[in-house]
Amino acid sequence: MRSIIKDGQVVTDSWTVLRPDEAGQLPEVASERDVVVPFAIWKAEPAMWQNRAGQVAVWLAPDDEPAELATHLASFPLVAVDFPAFTDGRGYSIGRLLRERYRYQGELRALGDVWQDLVHYLWQVGFNSFEIKEGKNLEDALKGFGTFSERYHSTWREPEPLFRRRNSRHENVA
Amino acid sequence: MYRYDEVDYRIVRERVEQFRDQTRRFLAGELSEDEFRPLRLMNGLYIQRHAPMLRIAIPYGHLASRQLRKLAHIARTYDKGYGHFTTRQNMQFNWPALERVPDILAELAEVEMHAIQTSGNCVRNTTTDAFAGVAADELIDPRPYCEIIRQWSTLHPEFAFLPRKFKIAVSGSVEDRAATLVHDVGLHVVRNADGEVGFKVIVGGGLGRTPMVGEVIREFLPTHHILTYLDAILRVYNRYGRRDNKYKARIKILVKALTPQGFAAKVEDEWLHLKDGPATLRDVDVAHYASFFNDPAYETRAANPEGFAAKLAEDRAFARWVEHNTRTHKQPGYRSVVLSLKKTGVPPGDITAEQMEAVADWSERFGFGEIRVAHEQNVILPDVKESDLYEVWQLARSQGFATPNVGLLTDIICCPGGDFCSLANARSIPVAEAIQRKFDDLDYLHDLGEIDCNFSGCMNACGHHHIGNIGILGVDKNGEEWYQITLGGSQGNHTAIGKVIGPSFAQADVPLAFEKIMNLYVEQRQDGERFIETVRRIGLEPFKERVYAKHH
Ligand code: HEM
Ligand code: SF4
Repeated sequence: MRSIIKDGQVVTDSWTVLRPDEAGQLPEVASERDVVVPFAIWKAEPAMWQNRAGQVAVWLAPDDEPAELATHLASFPLVAVDFPAFTDGRGYSIGRLLRERYRYQGELRALGDVWQDLVHYLWQVGFNSFEIKEGKNLEDALKGFGTFSERYHSTWREPEPLFRRRNSRHENVA
Repeated sequence: MYRYDEVDYRIVRERVEQFRDQTRRFLAGELSEDEFRPLRLMNGLYIQRHAPMLRIAIPYGHLASRQLRKLAHIARTYDKGYGHFTTRQNMQFNWPALERVPDILAELAEVEMHAIQTSGNCVRNTTTDAFAGVAADELIDPRPYCEIIRQWSTLHPEFAFLPRKFKIAVSGSVEDRAATLVHDVGLHVVRNADGEVGFKVIVGGGLGRTPMVGEVIREFLPTHHILTYLDAILRVYNRYGRRDNKYKARIKILVKALTPQGFAAKVEDEWLHLKDGPATLRDVDVAHYASFFNDPAYETRAANPEGFAAKLAEDRAFARWVEHNTRTHKQPGYRSVVLSLKKTGVPPGDITAEQMEAVADWSERFGFGEIRVAHEQNVILPDVKESDLYEVWQLARSQGFATPNVGLLTDIICCPGGDFCSLANARSIPVAEAIQRKFDDLDYLHDLGEIDCNFSGCMNACGHHHIGNIGILGVDKNGEEWYQITLGGSQGNHTAIGKVIGPSFAQADVPLAFEKIMNLYVEQRQDGERFIETVRRIGLEPFKERVYAKHH
């Protein structure tokens, strides 16, 4: 078990993220373990994953198409998105699409090159749990949520952008 | 001018504290070089040939006098007493110490300035027409939209890590003075058949190593949809732009790969889901931002007052300066003054702390405390009474700002080149100077008329050489500095990419090649034709022959 950040707290976590080896094979895990499977592998044989004792979730690579997951979303307690390098920002769009367009309500987790300076943005676009990169401190990462107390945009967390809130404020004063 | 409210201040201050902490963690070894680099770039900090280079945002080229004084103070306290205006309306400092950058940012925050997203693979400073709000041919004032876009792009959580940098330009006038056709996204105002005002959306323009003129993906976008439409464009780019090769990562490559129609279809599809969402602008929102850009308190005056007309008649040097370095204004009796930063012997775009302070003083004494930065790397006093022009001219002369060459051959747009930039193939500043010296005869220079001359030290094209009527590009030949000349480029409504005339020149031969080109133009031009018009009419061939002929 490892620690992750979930909804702003450090918690221990029972999911095992399965990553294929060089030959494309997933490691063997006991059937009762809860696993997060690469979406590409899951979608090749969805039925096979149904028969496990443990729970099944999927993780998306940056070039996976979230639309393909749309009709299955309700059945997943957890969906994860991988950030192989923090400079690869595709996962932010995937997060917004899953939340805003496909109305995913469950846990949305960021995996990979994830640390303090990124959690704020990830939280805005809809991620609520974070597997912090090996070697980076979780307590430091927690500080990242408080970096900004306001933002300009329409986000999943706060759909009303600042310019609308500003003008409602003006109206109230007037 | 836009003024920060408490929230804008808070965001910028929190950004300063974030960057201070990132710098501390880097210096303490908690962030690796590879982790810190993208973070510092997103705050305008490059590591250059001699020292770090800090780029400060001047949103859409607008400065207040107190901001320019602050830049002067920074130049003096943290740098070597000068700064450099860039072609993207920003200011660069070439010598700050890394450890002191957070303090510079804190000083900037006091005057509502920052360095957010002046570099890195994110949405950069939005640029516009330097004459916005005062130009006579304006359909709408682009500045409220620029500010709305500035706020939208600042720390946008979905688009902080794009495949590559992303530049947006907005033009609100009939004549495009913002180079909208060579930006990742250009928004150029149009009026539709019903008389409604909106934007033509242009995507995929850009210079750099693969220069391209942008493609129109939507002929008319109602103004209140700009943010949702930008979100749609950026999302398509963020998801599908190439990330495997940084030279193929700009949006222009994606637009080309998908075809403009294919790209447009993807954007429209994405937009269906975003359109009319909470990021749609209401009239009250636009009115809020527009209220910052109301006209200042102009006096009612007659055009061409007596004293001014008399000075024009008696002082030829003054008349010449007025002709070239001032622009007509929508308000009778006023003009905009362009202070030339292209004095021979001074690197184009460079400005000293004293000069900054002088400009700040004049902007208050003769205007409303506002200054503009032009992408041609000059500084503008937007609102000067014609009756004050003579005095402004004398003051400008005393500070070396009055070279009457705006829009002429020696008003060279020039990148820092090999003297400062580690990517350069060749130096640009000394060659630009050699050209200025060659054409130092004012009568001849004025006779040659309007010519855009643009100079880049390498194919990254920071000096926009592709869209110069005459362009120069530094190239490397076996470790030596050589220079390629292009002809026929232009910006504005007839944007075109210039063509190389032939083999490159050694440094010492560039001015001579220029002289031959200009001689041929003078011989060939027909009744008042501008240089670019002659080049378009007769083509490159005669120029090639002249320049490379053995006997001339
Ligand atoms: C001194 C440090 C500088 C460095 C390392 C640098 C680096 C670069 C690079 C690598 C590009 C090409 C990017 C691409 O095509 O994807 C570029 C483009 C550009 N730079 Fe710079 N630059 C520097 C200074 C400047 C200055 C001083 C200016 C303004 C005078 C400037 C203005 C531009 C512009 C306008 C472009 C855009 C060309 C385009 O892609 O459309 N840069 N720069
Ligand atoms: S064009 Fe090349 S040499 Fe000039 S500033 Fe840009 S990167 Fe440097």
